[in-house]
Amino acid sequence: MGWFDTHNENNIFFGKLEEVFNWGRAGSPWPIGFGLACCAIEMMATGASHYDLDRFGTFFRPSPRQSDVMIVAGTVTLKMAPLLRRLYEQMPEPKYVISMGSCANCGGPYWRYGYHVLKGVDQIVPVDVYVPGCPPRPEALIDGLIQLKEKIKSGKAGK
Amino acid sequence: MTAQEIHDTIQGKFPDVIIEFNDSVLQPYIKCTPNQFNEVCQFLRDEEELNFDALMNCSGVDYGEELGVVYHLYSMTHRHKIVLKVNVTRENAEIPTVADIWRTADWHEREIFDLYGINFINHPDMRRILLPDDWEGYPLRKDYVQPQFYNGIEIAHPDMKGNSDEEK
Repeated sequence: MGWFDTHNENNIFFGKLEEVFNWGRAGSPWPIGFGLACCAIEMMATGASHYDLDRFGTFFRPSPRQSDVMIVAGTVTLKMAPLLRRLYEQMPEPKYVISMGSCANCGGPYWRYGYHVLKGVDQIVPVDVYVPGCPPRPEALIDGLIQLKEKIKSGKAGK
Repeated sequence: MTAQEIHDTIQGKFPDVIIEFNDSVLQPYIKCTPNQFNEVCQFLRDEEELNFDALMNCSGVDYGEELGVVYHLYSMTHRHKIVLKVNVTRENAEIPTVADIWRTADWHEREIFDLYGINFINHPDMRRILLPDDWEGYPLRKDYVQPQFYNGIEIAHPDMKGNSDEEK
């Protein structure tokens, strides 16, 4: 039961401050779009007018300093992995990570013979939500964002 | 010009470079020695009746024992084509560059160097193009052994250990 459910008729709310914060954080997670491969095309489609991420309060930010969520969309090569970690560390806390697509989840088609691909972005940053698919449809990414919101509200997201 | 005529023209100018010629395949090829290869290519481009002005593709091959580079040439004016092959040993993998003749070859040769470790002599900028500069080894060689770590990042996922085909 969240803090929101504990109000009574006198409009007084009782709850932990952290829960109020989490309620606010869940409202509009701003992602830094980390488009690395074909998943980025689906991510762009999700942000564009047809699927319209704006209606969830989600706007892509060009800087990690302004971001709450990192959507890792695509194949993370070993060359890119240190840069991804650096961008993650540049994000202000609290910060969340959505791993989008098979490549970011586990290496995808490069699982066994890809000498240059990181086998899952969770090896270098803590991931909150995994979105499966190759690439996932925009609906799947939207569902991932909603799952993340639920997770933030329940206080289980973010490391 | 037919492949035979192209072969004869090169043979007339450079009698010592051609090792093998085969025009019974779909894409007739001429196998050359690495020596004088730059001069041969310069001749192929500049000779009036050959005039190979386009290097369509340039790729590296690991034949197992030897390494090689395959050049696909095309002439826009005469509309004929030929394939050149150059083989080198693993110990002495060096071929003269053709980047000064066809600018296309610049990045192609860098990619071949990156993945096969074939060194192109007199190349203007011979360094890795795709992999990080501190990468060790040449991944498309057949005897390439994948390292365990890259800059402290584990390359093989912990779940993969003992599952690879190589270890069976």
